[in-house]
Amino acid sequence: MTPVIVVFIYLAIVLYIGIFAFRSGKSSGEDYFLASRSLGQYIFLLALFGTNMTAFSILGASGLAYHRGIGVFGLLASASAFVIPLTIFLIGTRLWAMGKRFGHITQVQFLRDRWECSFIGTLIFALTAAMLVPYIIIGVMGGGQTLEAISDGRLPYWAGGALVALVVMSYVFFGGMRGTAWVNTFQTLLFLCFGTVAFVLIGKNLGGFDEVMRKLASNPATAPLLTRARIPPQEFFSYAFIPLSSIMFPHVAIMCMTAKKASSFKKTVVFYPICLLLLWLPSVFLGVVAASQFPGLRPGESDGVILRLLTTNTDPLLAGILGAAIMACVMASDSQILALCTMFTEDIFAYYGGKERFGETAQVWTGRAFVVGVTLVAYAAAIQLKDKAGIFELAIRFAFSGFAALSPVMLAALFWKRSTKWGALAAVLWVAATMAGSWYLHEASATLAPKPGQPAAQIFPALGDLFLRTPGSVTIYGYLPVMFICLGSVALMAVVSLLTRPPSTETIEKYFPAQSPALT
Amino acid sequence: MNRSKPWLLTALVLAVFLLHQDFWNWSKADPLVLGFLPVGLAYHAAYCALAALMMLVLVKLAWPADLDRIESRLEDERRPPQP
Repeated sequence: MTPVIVVFIYLAIVLYIGIFAFRSGKSSGEDYFLASRSLGQYIFLLALFGTNMTAFSILGASGLAYHRGIGVFGLLASASAFVIPLTIFLIGTRLWAMGKRFGHITQVQFLRDRWECSFIGTLIFALTAAMLVPYIIIGVMGGGQTLEAISDGRLPYWAGGALVALVVMSYVFFGGMRGTAWVNTFQTLLFLCFGTVAFVLIGKNLGGFDEVMRKLASNPATAPLLTRARIPPQEFFSYAFIPLSSIMFPHVAIMCMTAKKASSFKKTVVFYPICLLLLWLPSVFLGVVAASQFPGLRPGESDGVILRLLTTNTDPLLAGILGAAIMACVMASDSQILALCTMFTEDIFAYYGGKERFGETAQVWTGRAFVVGVTLVAYAAAIQLKDKAGIFELAIRFAFSGFAALSPVMLAALFWKRSTKWGALAAVLWVAATMAGSWYLHEASATLAPKPGQPAAQIFPALGDLFLRTPGSVTIYGYLPVMFICLGSVALMAVVSLLTRPPSTETIEKYFPAQSPALT
Repeated sequence: MNRSKPWLLTALVLAVFLLHQDFWNWSKADPLVLGFLPVGLAYHAAYCALAALMMLVLVKLAWPADLDRIESRLEDERRPPQP
């Protein structure tokens, strides 16, 4: 029972931070949604990293590494270490500057203004919400799984999920962006400190990782896990497109607008890859180690391998502290809930006259009501989806690919004067249609899915290797659909923009003044 | 140097991207770095450090001057007017 008590204490601390932030804040919309754009550089780095550090990075990654081996680190962690800081450097800093100059709070506000089009904002809001809700759901699912595992099943999945949802909802409800940023900072520090301790202790208890590696290497069934034999090169290459999603996630884009100074970004982009290394390396490595300890788990079950390693290899008190550290990652759904609420209140409620009619206080309370609604929907879905989908696959399928494919729209808005709303609309519709298409293909080919380690199956034999079904996804000639969706998005943005009327001179001069492009 | 700087930095970014595709480590587990890390995993761990270094170079050599200008202008605006 000790681990559960420790996790409960952790949840109480997190709740207190949220309420403390509520007391320190003001009642304005900008304070609730953006912490008055006042985050200092260290809080900004840790909060931004914490925002991106979710259930999938701990539970999903280790679950995937359990089946596919060490290559999972290269698939997402090191690819992210290259792409994410670069996109924050190129796009995040510009969004910050736009927010400071024109008062934008969300990226939809910027895109509406940049392309003089209300509809595109509404469309991007709808698409973003549709892709973000599953991401919130996995947070609740992860919470339920974590508490169930830590308590040895005494706290059932539904109760654990409900508790996590309630705590997250409460501190987002009260603390807004300030509370979320402080909680994320606390969570990041907690995980980075205790994650390392967990890694060392688990290794010690197993008789040393060198021994485990020898055991894995000597077994023909597990030896491929120490290489990238279970990851085709095409898939490895196309995964590099996935981290483009990060900056397009509204919680990351909105977080970029909370920095007090531009210089806060400097430390963030430099230290971000190191934080990724510290988080993902133990996660992927322990996923592989778990293959020798708990063989034969199915994809959904393998998401809990780190927790199993923890509870079987450390004493209850430490398992509780480390379980709390894992909870920290799992609970990153806070920023997504807040982002969705910010977008709803700014891009829908305020944009369509609600703020003018009812005032700023009503706007903040509408946001809070929205937080409650979204959390309840996420919880209901998490209960329905239990054991039906691996956390990692769910997140990738719905959120990452779609947001990655929207990044050309943002790049064009920021750096290409000649881009038009029609080009952006074409790209956004393309993303929506292709996402629906990949979902259909994924579901239609579910019965063809091979087991990990087996070759991919042709979905339509008449079309050869055009559409292949792998254990986790559908590929096009072996490449992930995200690559083609991104390239299609770039092509449509370019071609349709060149064929249509450019934005007004006034808008071009506003966003691309002669002296300092895109910024001043 | 000034004229070639954007090209050199672009080349640096491309080179770092290409280093991510380490096909030569594909089916190798040995040597185990530090006695327990398969070489493919150790390589990508080192790659993260390289990415951090790349970002340090970009921040030092390609930081948009406009951002600092905006920052100082906004600070001036926030400052109360002198009597």
